Parts: sequence; C-alpha cells; structure tokens
Amino acid sequence: DDKLLTEPLNHPDFFSVKELFTLKDLFDARVHLGHKKGCRHRFMEPYIFGCRLDQDIIDLDQTMQHLQLALNFTAHVAYRGGIILFVSRRRQFCHLVESTARACGEYAHTRYWQGGLLTNAHIQFGPGVRLPDLLIFLSTLNNVFEPHVAIRDAAKMNIPTVGVVDTNCNPCLITYPIPGNDDSPAAVELYCRLFRMTIIRAKDKRRQSEAVEELQ
Amino acid sequence: TLRLICTTTAVQKRNVAASGPEKYTEAFIKKQIEEFNLGKRHLANMMGEDPETFTQEDIDRAIAYLFPSGLFDKRARPLMKHPTEVFPEQRKIQWGEDGRPFHFLFYTGKQSYYSLMHETYEKFLNVQKHQDQLTAQDLPLQKEKRNLAGSRWLTKIELEEMLLEKVSDNDYSRFIQLLQKLATLPCADIEEKYIQKFSKEVPVQLQKVVIEPLQHDERGVAFSTGEGKRKTARATAVVYDNGTGKITVNGIDILHYFPVLQDREQLLFPFQFLGRIGKHDMVCTVSGGGRSAQAGAIRLASAKALRSFVTEKEVEFMRQAGLLTVDPRVKERKKPGQEGPRRKFTWKKR
Repeated sequence: DDKLLTEPLNHPDFFSVKELFTLKDLFDARVHLGHKKGCRHRFMEPYIFGCRLDQDIIDLDQTMQHLQLALNFTAHVAYRGGIILFVSRRRQFCHLVESTARACGEYAHTRYWQGGLLTNAHIQFGPGVRLPDLLIFLSTLNNVFEPHVAIRDAAKMNIPTVGVVDTNCNPCLITYPIPGNDDSPAAVELYCRLFRMTIIRAKDKRRQSEAVEELQ
Repeated sequence: TLRLICTTTAVQKRNVAASGPEKYTEAFIKKQIEEFNLGKRHLANMMGEDPETFTQEDIDRAIAYLFPSGLFDKRARPLMKHPTEVFPEQRKIQWGEDGRPFHFLFYTGKQSYYSLMHETYEKFLNVQKHQDQLTAQDLPLQKEKRNLAGSRWLTKIELEEMLLEKVSDNDYSRFIQLLQKLATLPCADIEEKYIQKFSKEVPVQLQKVVIEPLQHDERGVAFSTGEGKRKTARATAVVYDNGTGKITVNGIDILHYFPVLQDREQLLFPFQFLGRIGKHDMVCTVSGGGRSAQAGAIRLASAKALRSFVTEKEVEFMRQAGLLTVDPRVKERKKPGQEGPRRKFTWKKR
C-alpha cells in the first residue's frame, strides 16, 4: 500500500500528461485570447505575451507549463482517491461542467455558493463530512466579476486549488493557476476534456496497480 | 458575564440542523418495526383474534376499545401505526465509508433541487437538438397543442415533498419558468412523460347554468317552475302559458295579498321587461320574511321560471338587468359596544 502511494511521486510525469495536448490544440481552441487592455489585472502581466489592437494575448508557452503542472497534480490527487470539486459560476457552461464532473465520478458546484459551505461544513452538512481535496475553477470570477468566494475559503481550509485565470482575474491565492481564456466555449470544452481524461486515466491506473498488488 | 437566554431563530435552526440526521437512524427504525409487529401479535391475542390476519383497521378498533379517549382532535388520541407512517421520511447519511458523497452535486447543499434543474435543462437541450435535426432535414415541426387549460404545475409544497428538502420561493419560480419554457417548444412531445411528472389535472368545472325545458300539465298548457329567495323569504312560482295575467299568492289574489303598489310593481317587473304582461298566469307560494322581502323572492322565482319560455339572448338581457341574481343583502348583526350594526353610542364629551 505504501509502495502504491510513493511510487508515482518519484516520476516527474507518471501519468504522461504532456501527450494529452499540444500548443496547436491550445491555439485552435482560442485559449490565447484575453480581454481588452482596460480589463487587465496587474498580477496577470507576467503571463501576457503582448497586446494587439487593445486585446491582450496570453503567452502559450507559459500556459503549456502551467497546464502540465496542474494536470499532473490533479492526476496525483485522483490517483490517491481524493475528492475533486469543479467550480464555475458561468451560466453558459454550467451544464457542461456538471456533466464532466458526473462522467469523471467527481463533484461539481456551478450554482450560488452559500457562505459557510467549506468553512461551516460540519453544521451545514452534518458531523463527519469529508471536504474536497482539490478545487478546480473553470472560471475564477463570479457573476459580478469579483473573485469567487471559494478561492479564499479553500485557502483558509488549506485545500489546494487549480484555476483557469483570464486577464481580468487575480491569480494570487490559486496554487496552480492556468493563464488562459475562460470565455470561449471552445476553450472551456478543451479544459473539460483534458481534466476528464486525466482523472479517468489516473483512476484506471490506480485500479490496475491495486489489481497487480493483489495478484502478488 | 452575560448569558444569552433569548437566542435568535437562526441560532435555533442551526442547532436543530445539527441534531437532524441523528434523530432516526436505520437501526432505530428497524427496532421500531420489530416492536410494532410483536405488539400487533400481542394485541390480536388480547382481543382473541387470529394474529396472522390482523389488519390495520382491526388494530385501530382494538386501540379505540382498550384506550377510550374523549379528546376532540383525532391526532391526539392513542395511535398504533406502522413506523414508516409515524416517523417522517428522513434523509439517510449522504456519504459512504471512505467519506465520498454519493450524489455528484452533494457539495451544493440542495442536491435534489439542483439535480432536477440539471435533468430538466438536459431535456431542454435534447428537444432543441431534435428541433435542429428536423429543420436541417426540412421536415415540419409537430404542432399538437397541449391543453394548458386542464393542467396545473406542482405547488411548492408538493415539490418539497417530492424532493425531501426545502425549496425557496425563488428556486421554485425558476424551476416553473424552466418547465414552461420546455413545454412551449414545438417539439416538446418527445419529453411529454417527463413534463407530465410535474403537472396535475385540474377538473374543469362547468359553470353554465342548465335552463329546464317546458313541462305540460293535463290540459296541454305549458308551464315552468322557479325558486327565489330574498332576506329570509323563500318563494316558489309556477308560470303557465296562454294566460290572462292573473297572479295568485298562497291562494290569495295579489291585490289582497300585496295592498302596497310598490310590491305589485316588483312582481310585474319580469313580465314587463319581456313584454309579456297579459300572456302568462302565475301561482306562487311564499313563506318567511316581510312584505318587501316576499315580493323580491317572488320576483326572482318568476324570472327564473320565465327563462324556459324565452330565447337565450333575452335570458342574457334579464341577467344583465339583474333579474336573475340573488340579492345577497341580509340584516347585519349588532356588535358589542355599539347600539346597532353601525350606530355607535352617543359620544359625550365629559
């Protein structure tokens, strides 16, 4: 059992996450498109490649690195049987995100976030709840263009976060930010597909390893 | 130090929510069911009946016999029912041994409501996709109109019972809006079954008043009856055709029964309105009330009887003239602290 958990940590890319996407895929899904110059957040400036006709372009090389780190992390969490919670407050993609979560066997929250969900969980849900081990944000802003409350709550409860940050978002409290577009349907579908594939791969690998262990 | 004695309702609710899931555990309910079955057999033994064929009605009768109670409220009397009817349906614990919740929307708080919204939206997208396919193949979209008049959506309380959790007013209205959007789409016939789960039939009540046909007595003369009331007076009138305009009340001619001109005018008003003064005979019986009330009652009775002699348009004219409406005015009661229904006692300054 101990060997099962420590073995993946020795490899830099145990789940071969790099094969899942290429730079061309990101470009075709319009991940590099940001918002206008006026909407730019100060902390997103290192991730921006440049500005063309007032529209910010995100540096896809950095995005590749961040995306690879984030997918690797989610795969490890899923391998260890952690609870993953998909969060997004965009009404367009609410159904897509919920279906992705259901397909993975993980959980989703694309509705109004009640105040004490993470911080007051034992009273809201009942004693003995298990909180999520990873939060994945497909859009860090809520419907009023302010940072989602869940980012701050996860930081309070020591829960790691993975989030797609656009040029108008604050990447500060997110552990694994992924600078990229969160508005186009093509980009969001790409992210959903990538997360689904990583989680399913990680779970399958876990089941295979357990089966191999039982045989020995 | 101060001690909080009066807590706010929010704090009280929080304490209740914490002790909620622990109230009825599965083991507790199982024990209750075993005890109930044992008790049923003991009761059958006591009453001298067969324990195998002892139904719920027998149990109720036995309890009513053994523990007679004069309490008015049936729910306060001694009760012996199956535990599933006594204890309300409780939400079982939502997560498994390893702590992972069963439902994928568990962390939202209102899992059943949001999963319902998710499903409904999925049906909506299905219908839209089907519509697009039909338009791509240039086929006509089906337009069979669902009868919206005979059905109503579920009420908020019924939805709460269905989902086993609280639904707020905003959530409920959003759900109904989504259902209506789905129902009004042209190709909604595909998801008929799903929509029917949330709609209920409302029996359309026929408000149309049936006008009785004319009856004929032994001599072949057509007649019809009508009933009327006013204040405390009740009257029945029989109007005969081919008459001379004679009117009899309780066996007495109207000139002698109603000496006052105003009452006789009230009696003749329906005939005058239809222009049939000398054409009909009337025999009426009246009881109760005073002079004016009896006149009003007979007027209503005769107007109702005349409906059978007359076309539908003229019936509508009579209704609009107020001949067919029951006068709802009755004597108002006297209130305490006042001289009469409205009159107050004389106000004295000192």
